[in-house]
Amino acid sequence: MSLLSVRDLAVDFRIDESTTLRAVKGISFDIAERSTVALVGESGSGKSVTALAIMGLLPRENARLHPASRIDYLGRNLLGLPGRELRALRGAEISMIFQEPMSSLNPVFTVGFQIAEALKQHRALPASQARPRALQLLGEVGLAEPQARLGAYPFQLSGGEQQRVMIAMAIACEPKLLIADEPTTALDVTVQRQILELIAGLQARRRMSVLFITHDLSLVGEIADQVVVMRDGEIREQGSVEKIFAAPQDPYTRALLACRPPLDRRPQRLPVIDDFMGGTGPKPGERKRGLRGDEPIILEARGLAKSFYFREGLFGKRELKAVKGASFKVAKGKTLGVVGESGSGKTTVGLLLMRLHKASGGAVLFEGRDLLPLPPKAAYSYKRRIQIVFQNPYASLNPRFTVGQILMEPMQIHGVGSGEAGRRALSLELLDKVGLAADSFAKYPHEFSGGQRQRIAIARALTLRPEVLICDESVSALDVSVQAQLLNLLQDLQDEYAMSYLFISHDLAVVRYMADQVMVMKDGEIVEIAGPDEIYSDPKHPYTRLLLSSMPGRAQQ
Amino acid sequence: MKASPGVWLLAWRRFERDRLGLACLVVVLIYGAVMAASAAGWIVRDWSEEVAVTYAPPTFLGPEAPRAAPAAVAETAPPGAREDYGIPDPLADDLAEIARELAGASATETRAATLAFGADKWGRDVLKKAVKGTETSLFVGLVAAALAAFLGTLFGALAGYQGGWIDDLFNWLYSVFTSIPYLLLVLSVAAVVNQKGVLTVILILGLTGWTGIFRLIRAEYMKHKVREYVLAADAIGASDGRRMFVHILPNVSHVVLVQLSLHVVLFIKSEVILSFLGFGVGVDTVSWGSMLAEAQSELILGKWWQIAAATFAMAVLVTAFSLLTDALRDALDPRLK
Repeated sequence: MSLLSVRDLAVDFRIDESTTLRAVKGISFDIAERSTVALVGESGSGKSVTALAIMGLLPRENARLHPASRIDYLGRNLLGLPGRELRALRGAEISMIFQEPMSSLNPVFTVGFQIAEALKQHRALPASQARPRALQLLGEVGLAEPQARLGAYPFQLSGGEQQRVMIAMAIACEPKLLIADEPTTALDVTVQRQILELIAGLQARRRMSVLFITHDLSLVGEIADQVVVMRDGEIREQGSVEKIFAAPQDPYTRALLACRPPLDRRPQRLPVIDDFMGGTGPKPGERKRGLRGDEPIILEARGLAKSFYFREGLFGKRELKAVKGASFKVAKGKTLGVVGESGSGKTTVGLLLMRLHKASGGAVLFEGRDLLPLPPKAAYSYKRRIQIVFQNPYASLNPRFTVGQILMEPMQIHGVGSGEAGRRALSLELLDKVGLAADSFAKYPHEFSGGQRQRIAIARALTLRPEVLICDESVSALDVSVQAQLLNLLQDLQDEYAMSYLFISHDLAVVRYMADQVMVMKDGEIVEIAGPDEIYSDPKHPYTRLLLSSMPGRAQQ
Repeated sequence: MKASPGVWLLAWRRFERDRLGLACLVVVLIYGAVMAASAAGWIVRDWSEEVAVTYAPPTFLGPEAPRAAPAAVAETAPPGAREDYGIPDPLADDLAEIARELAGASATETRAATLAFGADKWGRDVLKKAVKGTETSLFVGLVAAALAAFLGTLFGALAGYQGGWIDDLFNWLYSVFTSIPYLLLVLSVAAVVNQKGVLTVILILGLTGWTGIFRLIRAEYMKHKVREYVLAADAIGASDGRRMFVHILPNVSHVVLVQLSLHVVLFIKSEVILSFLGFGVGVDTVSWGSMLAEAQSELILGKWWQIAAATFAMAVLVTAFSLLTDALRDALDPRLK
């Protein structure tokens, strides 16, 4: 018998007086007892809305459930339950963990207090018993020194530790169903691996069911028994994990599986959703990567260093060495991939190269000339030649500018193009190049999706015809299918303009696909630089080996 | 190519749906039109003419018995009558002179016994005074708020964006200004300037009132300067000034606008207090505050129409402006709702 069965679930959202959006369009699936079901889909697929509907956490003011919808939990329809009964169920029998552990924990209470509170609420445990139980739970989720952690505040813990605390709270009352909504998306790849193993272990040990929600199909293969693939509020395909991976029926599932860069080969172009939905299939051909060794060097960093200082006490200063003497070369027309976890200094390196941060030491040589000691006026002309595309397409475009203004501004500053009309023509040409319609010119950034905004950011960088383009996690925030499109776009642009890329990412599969040379950073230091194939097949440094072993999906390949 | 609605147009569309906000906007616009017309001299140019008898009551109350008028008393009382008390009146000569002047004035022109909303001590029309007072008070409020918003935004932008010693300097200035109780600060500046007039009041209010706006704008700039769009502007070579005022300012302008609106209300009330305390506008002009100050002594005599007119005019504007500010905030920052 299934623990939870969702039948014809349909959810409408009221956008304003006249428009409603159907986020979930009548879906049905089951979660069996003691099994893990993965709900996979890209943004806007309705997967999180489904989870919130099960928890009864949909926003009351603008969400409306279709009357025919049913969510049966052990024979009881959750959608018809009065608030009090639902609250008793929520947290005790069904509990949930969220993507951002930092914002899910209350910052002003200690970890121990928050876990004990959950116990007091649902198990009516007296304080004297709640505390030892909390300690036991922290030990169970694998937190080092649980005794000391009990009195810690959330900000004193790392992201992975916070997520462990969230899991401890979620399992405190021994729920039968744990809903995990993108629990590892905000975490580093090595931590992601640990959390996945923790959830899988708990599921087996506690004999509970898990609804695992993710956008990343590669994670699913290792944890789930059943897979439900959603798109635009509909279920495209569901079945056992073996069936989905070995013989996907739906073209969308096939596309999702194919648009991640594969680890065993390097196609000329990554397949995108349209290839499958249109039935054309992926294009053949492989791309060669790596350096011959005699390419001219366009950009070189020598002993690049950056320290941040924090005030400590009244007069004290604490130094944080973000980058500790990084030296590397970028070959003309080639891509240098930079991988590392958060805090490794990879983003700082990119900002230092562009003089967006002031370096504490070292040199940045552009065609042999050191940029760092140049006065601002002289450095100005080099800004044209090195450009950057940031990670978050929602933050990197000025919301008060139209796309036209965004594209024309750099040209105005640097005097590119002949007059307003010339710049306008150039902007329209670039919009076409990055695959946006000409009427985008008069629109504002908020009218575009994340992938489209990143195209605008790329077009802005291209207005100055840079020779070096720094891509700082430029595709990380996007859905996998959109990632594939943008990676193809970047590749096409490199082929056309012979630009050099510094490709910064935490995603090892993407870096392997894009880079001619890979540089691994840890704690501000470069631990290894090698060709993409060597580094993946024969990693020299133990940290590189750890990173590679944490890669999701590696087990299947 | 069809242009997309910008953020201001979208805000206006949200505002349009707010009926109360729209009604308040209409009220404020009417006040603004009155102010402009009065300043241009189209209406109430003759506000200071003494057209009625002293304390002429509103028409709906009917004229007062003649004994109430001091001029009448002075005329009817025979000069010898006072000698009965055996004490010589030290003001006798002055009173006699005033009585003669009043008699002479009333001889040259006929004065109305009642006015639509009554008259003040000198027989000036209270309605016209209230309209003229609207001009002064609203003008002071608007210009002082604009000055304070300008200073607060400029200082806040510099301090928040530049950081370092510039931030320290402005913070020091901010601390100095806010460490003194507000009214004390205003009064001491007024005492030092010691020159009555609309311009002085504007300067006093503007120069002391920028601190709240400064604090908010500084925080906004600190938040925005590390945003990626500002970094991106740096990356394409935009100068500091361009990043501060072309990139960041439009993104914090809604804060400035709401604060501006809030401060207009605050400064109208401050001007009233200043004028009431005698530090405000001079005797040659009129504001709601000076009307209230005059009305203070009239109330004892039961002449309530001046205070009623000034209070009513002020209360309507301040209420409408405050509600307008709320509606503005809702329209500009829909997430707060």
